[in-house]
Amino acid sequence: MMKNPIEHLNKIFDSRIRLGIMSALMVNESVNFNELKELIDVTDGNLATHVKTLEESGYIKVQKGFIGRKTNTTYSVTKAGEKAFKVHLDALEKMIRSIG
Amino acid sequence: MSTNISGLNTLQDIRNMMEKSSRFISLSGWSGISAGICGLAGTWFAWQRINAFHAQANSASSQCIDCLKTDLLVIASLVFAAAFATAFFFTFLRSRRDGGVLWGPAARRLLWNTLFPMLAGGLVILRLVSLEQYDIIISVSLIFYGLALINGSRYTIGEVRYLGYAELATGLISLWLPELGLSLWAIGFGLLHIVYGIAMWWKYERTGN
Repeated sequence: MMKNPIEHLNKIFDSRIRLGIMSALMVNESVNFNELKELIDVTDGNLATHVKTLEESGYIKVQKGFIGRKTNTTYSVTKAGEKAFKVHLDALEKMIRSIG
Repeated sequence: MSTNISGLNTLQDIRNMMEKSSRFISLSGWSGISAGICGLAGTWFAWQRINAFHAQANSASSQCIDCLKTDLLVIASLVFAAAFATAFFFTFLRSRRDGGVLWGPAARRLLWNTLFPMLAGGLVILRLVSLEQYDIIISVSLIFYGLALINGSRYTIGEVRYLGYAELATGLISLWLPELGLSLWAIGFGLLHIVYGIAMWWKYERTGN
């Protein structure tokens, strides 16, 4: 009996914005807040909320720094985040294959 | 069925985001064309200056090889600066139009991965000048530039790689044909850029896409 692939889909990656953040971080060592904002095209508040969710799940880590007097917050993916994202992608792939 | 379609859309979103954040795709074809024109203009100035030098050699007045060296280095630096500035300008316009990200991780990596090999090439050329090995300077500049483009092509439009191969081939050929140096320089830094720029404009920007 084949397991239902949808059960491996990660609820946290349900949101387009969180998925966008993870995708950008998977291929970059680190990306700062403003770059993410531009890439995903969202408002500050919106991005901050989704970043918080990912951080609380332990999928991304936050480094706060300064460039001159301005705060520069950068984000990078954690090992757990990388693994969770891959599982999610595999589940997506299986789901498409099973129907296609 | 609907989950299947949303799954496909999700995969496409992921792919787009990975592409967009890792490759600098706003590089405009016009940038290639403008850099090529700067290259041709530079070659013409260098050619004039070298001819003037040889004309002096035939007359009674004394030659000033150091003046020629300095002038050629100044011309080369100005050409590089002008080509870089105009290329940046057209790429800036394109990224504005497409709503892309101009200065992000992708742009940083592209700059680093092309400028670093070019910097190494620049040092080699300065050393060659001080050793008075002028014959292979043109080859060396084309070879390092080609390698820089091949290296940087991973972080921008993939076709830059082919421009890199062409520059590299031109440079290698010129190693054995030093007498054609300046013509090959004009081909490498002028013609190839223009051909590449037109091809890229035709492929990606013609339709205003």
